[in-house]
Amino acid sequence: MIDATLGWWGVPLAVCAGAMRASTPFLFVSLGELLTEKSGRINLGQEGILVLGAMCGYGVAFLTGSPWLGVLLAGCAGAILGSVHAAVCSLPRVNDIALGIAVMFFGTGLAFYLGKPLIQPQAPRLPAIPLGWWSSVPQVQAALQVNVLFLLGVVLAPVLAWGLTHTRWGLIVRTVGDSADAARALGYSVNTVRWVATALGGFLAGIGGSFLSLYYPGSWNEGLSSGQGLMAVALVIFARWQPLSCLWAALLFGGAGALGPALQSVGVREGYYLFNAAPYVLTLGLMIATTTPRQQLVGAPGELSVTK
Amino acid sequence: MQRAVYQGILTGLLLPLGALGVSLLLFGILLACAGTSPFSAYNLMYVGGFGTWFSWQNTLQRAAPLMLTALCTAIPAQMGLVIIGGEGALVLGGLGAVMMALSMPATAPWGVQLAMALAGLTLGGLWILVAGALRHYRGVNETISSLLLTYIAIAVFHHLVEGPMRDPASLNKPSTAAIGDSNMLGTLPGMDVHWGLLYGVLACVLLYVLMSRTVFGFAARIAGGNARAAQLSGLPLGRLMLTGCFLAGAAAGLAGMLEVAAVHGRANASLIAGYGYTGILVAFLARQHPLAIILVAILLGGIGASGGLLQRRLGLPDATVLVLQGILFLAILASETLRERWQRPERIAT
Repeated sequence: MIDATLGWWGVPLAVCAGAMRASTPFLFVSLGELLTEKSGRINLGQEGILVLGAMCGYGVAFLTGSPWLGVLLAGCAGAILGSVHAAVCSLPRVNDIALGIAVMFFGTGLAFYLGKPLIQPQAPRLPAIPLGWWSSVPQVQAALQVNVLFLLGVVLAPVLAWGLTHTRWGLIVRTVGDSADAARALGYSVNTVRWVATALGGFLAGIGGSFLSLYYPGSWNEGLSSGQGLMAVALVIFARWQPLSCLWAALLFGGAGALGPALQSVGVREGYYLFNAAPYVLTLGLMIATTTPRQQLVGAPGELSVTK
Repeated sequence: MQRAVYQGILTGLLLPLGALGVSLLLFGILLACAGTSPFSAYNLMYVGGFGTWFSWQNTLQRAAPLMLTALCTAIPAQMGLVIIGGEGALVLGGLGAVMMALSMPATAPWGVQLAMALAGLTLGGLWILVAGALRHYRGVNETISSLLLTYIAIAVFHHLVEGPMRDPASLNKPSTAAIGDSNMLGTLPGMDVHWGLLYGVLACVLLYVLMSRTVFGFAARIAGGNARAAQLSGLPLGRLMLTGCFLAGAAAGLAGMLEVAAVHGRANASLIAGYGYTGILVAFLARQHPLAIILVAILLGGIGASGGLLQRRLGLPDATVLVLQGILFLAILASETLRERWQRPERIAT
């Protein structure tokens, strides 16, 4: 993608382009996870939901020829798997963190199992909007190919922020997340609210997965996701449960992920794998920098087990 | 009192077995929906895992690393930590063992093997120690950090194996140089299973004794039950947590060393076979009990060993075993809720 004429300038350009391109799954998964966590439960299974969504989206797009139907079905598959998490979690004495690990295993296993025949065929890809028409440099044009899902995610973040703070539904979700007892006293069913929040969270994570298989990288294989779903969960903590911060954090993570391939394309072959580890190191570094050892994090939902 | 103890043992056995039964049923329905006879699949799984002496040896060979990686989850779990980074510790342990063997070419085999084991134990232990230290000193969630550390470990592994440590002769599959036939661990007398099985069983027994028969284990379990109470009674929480994490990682690191020194003979991508992840399931199925881990590891080793047969005979994808493991994991966690009702029937669950 990056030509020799741009030279080293290609690296920041590719990182910016990557930030917009690779951030979409982070954005969707983290917004979904944010909603789930606001209701007081953590779903580490988003990783499995992401992979299952990628497989379902690709499969449906291949069979029907419509990538948008694939996106929808990927979201539905994610919502179903999210509901599994929510249903088992509503049983007493079931730990949501351990269950998330189980959902992660189950989701990836199921996706690999059902997705075997999908490795070869090529499904139609999601269209992109060329926002770089004003530039004559082909690299800039390529970098500004923006996917509709990314724009949807960018709109979704402020909508979710508004919804959580300004609507009745948002208030109910936050009440359940901050104090289950208070919510029960007000007559709300804690398990139902959490079920809806987890299912919607799974829906968004499934859409994030369909982006992986239908746009970038744009094919289905078993190495498609390498922890993006899990990093998105960590990203929510870093973003302090603020949807708008999730947007910036997702862009940052997308850029970090694009660093390795960008450097490789200008001829830096040394340490390719190490640069690919950049997002993980970044996540870990941010988690270390933003947590405090003794007190609860600012903005954390009171019922959330992960920050206690 | 007596009755309660028996009841505890009974539920301890019945619940996992019940969860196993339910997941086999669900998995069978899934197979039937996909057009495969569940009965022939289960028959093949039995034959492939436990049916013949040959398959038993294959099963035991796979059970050895599973025991060790399961300990990597089980020991921290007794202290209230959920660590899922066994794969990373295994990979680094194997890599460290190879580095050690390659750096001492003129040493007697027993010396090399000892040094390899020490390297595996130390590297694996330090890797999980990082997750424990981050939790203790910074309050970073250990579940997420340990899995992130695994991805980092795998990246470092690929970097070294395909870069500085690559044997130029390995073309299709980048590998390090071989550790040499004389340095390989032999097999147990009378069977085709390597010594790692014995080390795995020994590690489980040793850690069982440590966790349930020593002051350290007692203190660690108190810390796991109620960290605040442990702190108030003056227990050194940090030291307990860090020691536990080191031991846990050391077990997984040893698994990596054994895979290198007894199976592969060199470090390459075959080392990243998912033993670390299956070990998590083993630990949860065994309810984090080191002795129960031995049996559960053999069971899951058998399921894993039968995967190849399912693939060849029924044409099922290799991920079939992963689906069964996923269902099993969900079922075992869901069964926790019945424990409450069975053991304390007077308490009504809310």
